[in-house]
Amino acid sequence: MSVDLAQFIPVFLEESYEGLQVMETALLTLTPGDDETIDEVFRAAHSIKGGAGTFGFTAVAEFTHEAETLLDAMRNGSVEVTPERNQLLLKSADIIRDLLERAAAGDQSTPPEADALAEQLHLAHASPAQSPAPAVNDTDVPAAEDSTGGIWTIRLEPGPDLLMTGNDPLFLLQALAELGPVSTQADAASLPDWSALDPEALYLNWTIELHSDCDEAAIREVFEWVEDDVVLTIERQGTASAAGDNSDEAATSEAIPAPDPESKPATTDTGPAQPEGPQNRARSAVRESSIRVDTGKVDSLVDRVGELVITQAMLLEVSQALAELEHPAVEALQEGLLQLERNTRELQEDVMRIRMLPISSVFNRFPRLVHDVSQQLGKQVELHLEGAHTELDKTVLEKIGDPLVHLVRNGLDHGLEPPEEREAAGKSASGNIWLSACQQGGNILIEIRDDGRGLNRERILAKAMERGLVEPAAQLTDQAIDELIFMPGFSTAEQVSDLSGRGVGMDVVRRNIESLGGHIDVLSSPGTGSCFTIRLPLTLAIMDGQLVRLNQDPYVIPLISIVETLQTTPEMLVSLAGNRCLLHFRDEYLPLIKLASSFGLTSEQVLEPGGIVVVVESGGQKAGLVVDELMGQQQTVIKSLEKNYRRVPGLSGATILGDGSVALILDIAGLINRNVDPDAALIARQRNEQHEVQA
Amino acid sequence: MAHILVVDDSASLRSMVAFTLKKEGHQVTEASNGQEALNKAASGSFNLVLTDVNMPQMDGVTLCSELRKKPAFKFTPILMLTTESSPEMKQRGKAAGATGWLVKPFNPDTLLSTIKRVIR
Repeated sequence: MSVDLAQFIPVFLEESYEGLQVMETALLTLTPGDDETIDEVFRAAHSIKGGAGTFGFTAVAEFTHEAETLLDAMRNGSVEVTPERNQLLLKSADIIRDLLERAAAGDQSTPPEADALAEQLHLAHASPAQSPAPAVNDTDVPAAEDSTGGIWTIRLEPGPDLLMTGNDPLFLLQALAELGPVSTQADAASLPDWSALDPEALYLNWTIELHSDCDEAAIREVFEWVEDDVVLTIERQGTASAAGDNSDEAATSEAIPAPDPESKPATTDTGPAQPEGPQNRARSAVRESSIRVDTGKVDSLVDRVGELVITQAMLLEVSQALAELEHPAVEALQEGLLQLERNTRELQEDVMRIRMLPISSVFNRFPRLVHDVSQQLGKQVELHLEGAHTELDKTVLEKIGDPLVHLVRNGLDHGLEPPEEREAAGKSASGNIWLSACQQGGNILIEIRDDGRGLNRERILAKAMERGLVEPAAQLTDQAIDELIFMPGFSTAEQVSDLSGRGVGMDVVRRNIESLGGHIDVLSSPGTGSCFTIRLPLTLAIMDGQLVRLNQDPYVIPLISIVETLQTTPEMLVSLAGNRCLLHFRDEYLPLIKLASSFGLTSEQVLEPGGIVVVVESGGQKAGLVVDELMGQQQTVIKSLEKNYRRVPGLSGATILGDGSVALILDIAGLINRNVDPDAALIARQRNEQHEVQA
Repeated sequence: MAHILVVDDSASLRSMVAFTLKKEGHQVTEASNGQEALNKAASGSFNLVLTDVNMPQMDGVTLCSELRKKPAFKFTPILMLTTESSPEMKQRGKAAGATGWLVKPFNPDTLLSTIKRVIR
């Protein structure tokens, strides 16, 4: 029988990372007497150690053993819970994660600080003179030297209740027979009268003669599970002496002592202290039964359902064309198709939901992060998490973590003031950061809010002018100044701190969010704090789109980037030199992108008054897209161009319409960056700034 | 072939045990904690129970004594999967009615040879 253990390693790693997360979160709030939380941390460490041992990660098992032993001592009260020990355990969680990551990559090395930390852990729990021997392996079979080989006589008197422990003397006798030839005699002397016989009790005793070279320990091992319940004598023929037997008996009972009512009370039953942690209990009670499925399978399911939606839309169109026939069968067909449409939509929603995970998996890393960073900065911070159960697509979830970390770090570093400054401003010494998520229609809203000093507009504007991002004479609204922080190449940190100054600016944050089809806004008020709002689509697999026509072909514009669609009037169009044009729209001058020419569909697209322009926005930049016709709005299933063809600039994907034709999806950010004539953009900006000065 | 109830809060260990037993031809029902195991025990008959000790909601020792109260589990072998091989641990298991124990870490071969001590 060979079982390839490697197949279980991905699951083991995943659950271990989850376990570390549980450890971290729990350790941050762990206070003396909180038995439930200690138990939770202990269990997490315990599971990691058990799995690591089983799947061959010895270094992980050995290190985690030290942490687990300390936790066990904290759990049974022999070692006190202190902030220092919590900190030590938090560091250990980092080491365990590091060890796991190394092990997963096939790297046998250990991080340099692991040994020192293991030593610290050991000292932390070894002080009360507890058992120092790691119990990773069960090797407590007593060595019974000098008693090897020969003929053994074994007397087994199981007592009446043995069967009720699930043990069966037949298996014990069989196991003995594996040690060597046996001859067995059953002794039925204790069998009572039929009328007094209890069918569930055991009345037989046995005498077994075993011919074997094994030692006495091997025989005792057979009876390991029942030793305390039965009367067992083991004698070697010829050399049997009461004294020899007794000394062996003594050696054995040292390893596996008989029941002793005075031995230390069992430590894990946290009976009286338990009612203290209702919220903890609620936390563990929400765990429901679930299965782990490879994401590839789910993605393929999402794909198939996408195809199904397209096929269904196609059938619906065909049936509409048939409507003129006025045949009863056509009516029935249409009815059936309507039902199919409803079912397909529900199926699609259900399948999408499989990919959805609660945002708590991302939120969970923040208590630790805020704890570490605020310590480093010498600030007091309280973190408030709200809506952690809000679900969003796994891919979105994986990519939103870094932007959120950046925003929270920024809030800690720049937003929140040191305690003295806060008190001087009449605020509580301890600052607050709120991280909340909720669903709003087809979108997820994530808010990162702090009650710090707010954005420093003077400094932002000065910096932007210094960097040439704004004309020196420009007069901007407060909101426009706040938005400047998202401009590429902008950074307000006067000294690059260890935290925020990692070369990643807010422009990258915004770009990452927009690549997920999302949007970020900032609202700040001096002295009271800032709030960043991120709006994200629920899923990346489908998208609400506006269909437009260019020449003969349909294209899709993501609805989220559309500001407005309009029919131009002569006053709106401002001609510039070289057949270029600006759109004067709602007191703003916007550059125009002539899509048909840009894609090489026509040599020169002309925009006549009365023509259609779709005003779009991305990365804080607006532009007008010139299209030939507005068609319907619809939910589109996004197909990757890269996977099926290759990457095409200006396009983010494709979709299949109800009539089976392919519509290309426009990449608004890419189009704006690529197509806006820099001169036109500059002229537009200058005009906008002049306009604001006049206003 | 036996019907075996496997109880462990660690999905990787549980699936390793389940996979090994199924490969040997046994029928396996899985549960991730004592409470879930107790619920599943109510609606099925089992030839063997393998349970972890440290689990949320209901630990293995409590599960064991709860199972022993049920007539259907009066004689059913219950093995504890434990990393603690301390005498005290074993004593607690025995007191709750456990048949025996298997010390973690164990490999699939040890698992199979151990369960042969309680089922055919």
